[in-house]
Amino acid sequence: MAPIPGSGLAKGLAVTLRTMTKKTVTAQYPDVQPDLPPRTRGVIGLFEENCTVCMLCARECPDWCIYIDSHKETVPATTPGGRERSRNVLDRFAIDFSLCMYCGICIEVCPFDALFWSPEFEYAETDIRELTHERDKLREWMWTVPAPPALDPAAEEPKEIAAARKTAEKLAAAQEAAKEQQAQEAAEAAAAADAPSADAPSASDAPDDGPHPGNPAAGGPTSGGSAPDGPAADGSTPGGSTSGGSTSGGSTSGGSTSGGSTSGRSGSGGSGSGRSGSGGSTSGDAASGGPAPDRPSGRGQTGGSASGPMGEGGPE
Amino acid sequence: MNDALDVAIRLLIVFAVFMVFPLVIGQTEHKVMAHMQGRLGPMYAGGFHGWAQLVADGVKFVQKEDVVPAGADRRIFQMAPAVALLPYLLVVLVIPIGPGEGAVGQVIDAGIFFVMAVMGVGVLGSLMAGWASANKFSLLGGLRTAAQLLAYELPMLLTAASVAMAAGTVSLTGILDAFEWWWLPWQIVGAIVFFVAGLAELQRPPFDMPVADSEIIFGAYTEYTGLRFALFLLAEYAGIVVLCGLTTVLFLGGWHGPMGADGLGWVWTLLKTAVLAFVVIWLRVSYPRMREDQLQRLAWTTLVPLALAQIALTGIVKVVI
Repeated sequence: MAPIPGSGLAKGLAVTLRTMTKKTVTAQYPDVQPDLPPRTRGVIGLFEENCTVCMLCARECPDWCIYIDSHKETVPATTPGGRERSRNVLDRFAIDFSLCMYCGICIEVCPFDALFWSPEFEYAETDIRELTHERDKLREWMWTVPAPPALDPAAEEPKEIAAARKTAEKLAAAQEAAKEQQAQEAAEAAAAADAPSADAPSASDAPDDGPHPGNPAAGGPTSGGSAPDGPAADGSTPGGSTSGGSTSGGSTSGGSTSGGSTSGRSGSGGSGSGRSGSGGSTSGDAASGGPAPDRPSGRGQTGGSASGPMGEGGPE
Repeated sequence: MNDALDVAIRLLIVFAVFMVFPLVIGQTEHKVMAHMQGRLGPMYAGGFHGWAQLVADGVKFVQKEDVVPAGADRRIFQMAPAVALLPYLLVVLVIPIGPGEGAVGQVIDAGIFFVMAVMGVGVLGSLMAGWASANKFSLLGGLRTAAQLLAYELPMLLTAASVAMAAGTVSLTGILDAFEWWWLPWQIVGAIVFFVAGLAELQRPPFDMPVADSEIIFGAYTEYTGLRFALFLLAEYAGIVVLCGLTTVLFLGGWHGPMGADGLGWVWTLLKTAVLAFVVIWLRVSYPRMREDQLQRLAWTTLVPLALAQIALTGIVKVVI
């Protein structure tokens, strides 16, 4: 079918008329700030509290535009008779944004989450030398870093949150169990006061086991999600009694009626595997931050103190 | 004494219209063109949506140096903007915007003749500018202007003659008095030919080959700066006012409207003129510039035959009635 003569002209007129009725695309920038996506590569912010002067960013930078100076400080031993430790103190952290090509490798490579992309972009200077921004300016830009974008509706739970949630649940379950056991034991003691000496140490063991599952849970779910989950589920099933029996027979026979004690016991078994499996523990550390390289010796200490630095390492 | 006052007021009003309307159309062009291209257009000057942009432009033009090239024909070069602008002022004087004598600057019996002759003079300004600038681009632009004037003046005159035949008079007020609604379909071909030819004579896009800024810089106006350049631009917009007003009066019934013809006739005139001015801007945004040979072909092979056909139709209908 041949087109009607002049239909092309009419089409042209229709296009412009339709465009006129639509919303304009002009960005009124100085008056209205642009609505930038959260992952915009505007500037690199430094969260200097997280920086351990590992120099990975400076070494990986293709432009060599990151300048880091630091010195070592000795930290006195925390326990009497312990060894003095040295740690790095950041003196200078500067990024030359006249060289930076915004590749983001430094941010990718930082193992301690000390570098972040910020959508801030209004840092033009009239002199190219003033584009080298020092750590205080980089720290200020941290305040402009947006919260990470929300996960997709049906996304998998983040590893860090899953680990923390499992820890919290196990802690709560252990406490619950301990409380129950205490109540039961108190009731038993009140009913029959013939064997109080045999039950007392088992009651003291249960709260001791409480903090233990925290460690494997932080590292565990990445490598072997089944390992910590299995015993926890086993607490109710008859399989749990077998594993509990294998670890420590004496107390389980006493507390076989309460599932809580077996789960706590199996949790301690899991903690042993978690500590031996280094792969799981490192991934957990990378999420929480600093402590991994600084305190490898902390693992050598008692279980109770090892859980302490883990808790401290997060906010630091 | 009373007559003198009357004349003074009329001249004042005509002059005010002549100064204000082109600016209004220019501002409308800024905004309409911007929105048709998905932009906002001027937003700062004057505060509210850049309403004073053309005033700011005017101030800027006044501040600029008035340069006359060394090799230019000095007096002709300086006179050219006035020659381009003044004819349109004279045409505004005789366009009736409402019924009766009160709504016309000056009633002229040979209205159509006067208007056509004076509008032709306006193009002379571009010719003078092109020749006097002593610049190749200006000369090219001037020659293209002359060729365009020759090509498009004919269909314009023919269609205007068609309306004069229909009304039996060459007076603009007489034509409006004789207007009937069915003239609209009767003269529609003539109206389109008149409007298109008028656009070409004003060198408005898509007929802006004489000033084609991507190839001959700015045609005849290349050497102009400052206020004289601003006067040429003003002449272009005054030309739009005149062309739209004339098309309204000759073909669209002027102050005749579906209702309120007594007191509000001038509203109809202004409304129709405004719609036509919008169409002028719309065409500029929508269509690319036509090549020189396409311009000539359109005039001689399409518009002139159509205008002749319109005259024939007018004559036949006139005899039958």
